[in-house]
Amino acid sequence: MAHNDSAPRGGHGAEQGHGAAGAAHAAAHDAHAHPTWKQYRWVAVILTAITVVEVWVYYIPSFTRTKLFVPSLLIMSAVKFAIVVLFYMHLRYDARLFRALFTGPLIIAIVTLISLMFLFGHLAIRLAS
Amino acid sequence: MATVAASPTYAGAESGEHTGLWSWLTTVDHKRIGVLYLYTSLFVFLFGGLEAVILRAQLSGPNKHLVSAEMYNQLFTMHGTTMVFLAIMPLSAAFFNFLIPLQIGARDVAFPRLNAFSYWVYLFGGLFITLPIFFNAAPDGGWFGYAPLTTRQFSPGLHIDFWVLGIQILGISSLAAAFNFITTIVNMRAPGMNLMRMPMFTWMSFVVQFLVVLAFPVITIALFFLQFDRFFGTNFYEIGAGGDPLLWQHLFWIFGHPEVYILILPAFGLVSEVLPTNSKKPLFGYPVMVYSGILIGFLGFGVWAHHMFSVGMGPIADTVFGLTTLLIGIPTGVKIFNWIFTMWGGSIRFTTAMKFAIGLVALFTIGGISGVSHASPPADLQQTDTYYIVAHFHYVLFGGSIMGIFAGIYHYFPKMFGRMMSEKLGSWHFWLNFIAMNLTFFPMHFSGLLGMPRRIYTYDAGQGWDTFNRISTIGAYMLVLSTAIFVWNFFRSRTNGAPAPDNPWDAATLEWSIPSPPPEYNFAEIPLVESRYPLWDLTHPERTSEIPHTHDGWSDQEKAADAKPIHIERDRRTAKELGIPMPTPTIKPLFVAAGIIVMLSGLIFIHKDDKTVAAALIALGATMIVGFLYAWVTSPLEPEHH
Amino acid sequence: MSASPALDHIEAGPHGHHYTTTGLDSRKIAVWAFIGSECMLFASLISTYLIYKGRSVVGPFPHEACNPPACATALKPILNIPVTSASTFVLLMSSLAMVLALAAVENRNLPKYSLGDRILGSSKLWLWATCILGATFLGFQSYEFTSFVHEGLSIRTNLFGSSFFTLTGFHGAHVTAGVIWLGTLLAIDYKRGLEPGDAINVDIAALYWHFVDVVWIAIFTLVYLIK
Repeated sequence: MAHNDSAPRGGHGAEQGHGAAGAAHAAAHDAHAHPTWKQYRWVAVILTAITVVEVWVYYIPSFTRTKLFVPSLLIMSAVKFAIVVLFYMHLRYDARLFRALFTGPLIIAIVTLISLMFLFGHLAIRLAS
Repeated sequence: MATVAASPTYAGAESGEHTGLWSWLTTVDHKRIGVLYLYTSLFVFLFGGLEAVILRAQLSGPNKHLVSAEMYNQLFTMHGTTMVFLAIMPLSAAFFNFLIPLQIGARDVAFPRLNAFSYWVYLFGGLFITLPIFFNAAPDGGWFGYAPLTTRQFSPGLHIDFWVLGIQILGISSLAAAFNFITTIVNMRAPGMNLMRMPMFTWMSFVVQFLVVLAFPVITIALFFLQFDRFFGTNFYEIGAGGDPLLWQHLFWIFGHPEVYILILPAFGLVSEVLPTNSKKPLFGYPVMVYSGILIGFLGFGVWAHHMFSVGMGPIADTVFGLTTLLIGIPTGVKIFNWIFTMWGGSIRFTTAMKFAIGLVALFTIGGISGVSHASPPADLQQTDTYYIVAHFHYVLFGGSIMGIFAGIYHYFPKMFGRMMSEKLGSWHFWLNFIAMNLTFFPMHFSGLLGMPRRIYTYDAGQGWDTFNRISTIGAYMLVLSTAIFVWNFFRSRTNGAPAPDNPWDAATLEWSIPSPPPEYNFAEIPLVESRYPLWDLTHPERTSEIPHTHDGWSDQEKAADAKPIHIERDRRTAKELGIPMPTPTIKPLFVAAGIIVMLSGLIFIHKDDKTVAAALIALGATMIVGFLYAWVTSPLEPEHH
Repeated sequence: MSASPALDHIEAGPHGHHYTTTGLDSRKIAVWAFIGSECMLFASLISTYLIYKGRSVVGPFPHEACNPPACATALKPILNIPVTSASTFVLLMSSLAMVLALAAVENRNLPKYSLGDRILGSSKLWLWATCILGATFLGFQSYEFTSFVHEGLSIRTNLFGSSFFTLTGFHGAHVTAGVIWLGTLLAIDYKRGLEPGDAINVDIAALYWHFVDVVWIAIFTLVYLIK
């Protein structure tokens, strides 16, 4: 019978050939690192906290007028983005392949967006006058 | 050696497979889907060529009136749209489908029903966008559909609606296929086939799928904006509301430039299969070929505004994009050299495929040289919108993509159909094609530099263009002749060609280790791969002795299981005999595809102000999609086994 | 086998396995590739919004008041930050619910000792929570859209209207599709229960859901908070 059987279990590329043991693993939760309820709760708390700060900061006119306002918002939302992706979407604990499949397009998307900002005049690098 | 005098047809009766129309409508077999793509796209290629011949007849002399200006616009729009979306991409898809699983040692793609879906969407979408020409309603805004020209104000008829919706439909087909092939190549390679052992065609196709994934969403959005402007009165391309006429151009070319690499890389991959085989040497510089392919794909996202050097982006933008465009010439040039060095010192066998492959190397180089000249913004200011550009892209797309695809067809026809094509007719096809192609497009360099604009339906005498145009038209007629020879060869060989052995070219990769055509299960026993040229390890070990052979990627598990060291399979059995579970054929993907077309056709009727018909079609289409999709995802791919 | 055999296909157990190169489920690879394409989709939408920021010829405007002649009558800035902050919070919490739903399905067969364990381990509860929170977010969006139209901003009013409604509309359509998807999983949970073997299907839905949340994080900052 020419049919390849193996018991791949999600997570690590190196986990080939687990055979029956892999099936037993499938019944319990994954053997590799896995966020716990505590961690999920912490992530939720941090997400809420950052959102609160973002909105709070929006209502401080003296801050919104500074050059720091936009970068600080971008950083805060980048952090929120990252922790949802790393922890909720499990990218921190999953196979490196998924990280590559996500960050590649993400980088190209961000670079394209920034290029378009330059091309349409919303961003400018001021050379020596 | 195959001894069957009457070579098995596609669904050999002795293999117990179904034959007949229904088997083709319900197939989920990647080999059959590949053949469907091949037939459809070859037919469409002829249709697109016919459109071009009419254009050339119109331009054969000054002030001709073979077609009206309006019809001329439809013809050149459809010629471009047809060739890009309905001919070259699906011809490449024919090879993705047929070849990739065979080259990586798999039994099918990761999602066979999604694969069938991609084909049916392509077929129906192609009909959707092509049939209107018979009603004088074909798209007429160029294959690039610049807004605001294509907004409702300047293009009031149905033409552009067909274009916008048609391209969206074709995008669905390509995206679905891309997810499928990425997963297939990542996850279904035979043991030991690590990434740097994959055949070059599979590698280039892999890069192409990522280009599709990244580029098509951008044009999807650009088209949604145009659609919304036309149907719902939004302002994306409305100058009066502050809209920027460059928005469309940027979004289109952010898609459009990667698109041209999508068009050429598969042909590069095919050439990289044909040249080493017929030089009896491994490909020169395999790792460099891989990296340059990846680099071309990646850099391809950074050059788009070289299509916009004349719009006034400013010196910084012009310089940046000029630089990146020059840069991308480097990995491309590297490939040309590697192909030449592959042939150098080899024992060349001039099969028809080999001639076309060498033809690509030569003609793409010419196209590349004119390409480099466009990279300079000041030079491009003279060249843009002239026939000089038309010359460039026909050299790279016809001399490049089409030649590469012909090479692939001649090379893989035996594997696909179990018969050999006529080398004599092939030789005639090649030489006529080569001469005709140069006759048609080389003069365009000159008429372009003498100022002949693109997309004009007629021109006055005495501007120095007449002779060049006449030569081009003669060349175009010759192309008709050479293509007719090809079509004759193709169909005659299907029935009368000499039966093909499993490895007529003495090639190195896995697809040649199984019968021609392959049995439904592809490999009776999945091979264990030790090197980049598995078959040459068996038949010509001296050719590959310098390439490292390791057992990376194997494990005791696979050795204990049914995968076997590389071997040649000559028997033709059925999957049932061998106990291999095969996916169940199903009509559901076809009906989901049909539902999409029905639904989008309803949108056309909104424009025609026929709201009841529109609503009925949209409702019917949506019901078809939801219903058949639900049935699809809740039914198993294979019958229950074990 | 179960009533939905497609769900049992590759990962289910020692039978029906197919060899894979990476040991990973093909569907998970495909969904990450799909998410990659969605990055470019939303990047195009967001780019267009940002390109057209500040370029509307007539009002209403997002962050500034609108005065004649750009508006017939004076109008205040149209974006409602407090309401949108609430809807953002709701969507973020829906991601938490989603993650707990997946964990509940994966851990279905683990022993549950306390009430807390049983609450955490109820996949139906958390799938309901995700759907309801998602639907609440959509409710907020509908409220926002209708109030904007009342205040004179429609998709055809100006560049802001076109780009705003298209961007948030596409996002809302994605949320809607997600709610339907999760609702289907919930229905299967009621019909035959979601076993650990179904975790891959919940995982894929979860990845899609979280991605839609993450896009909103970007939209909230770039559209609502940055002036």
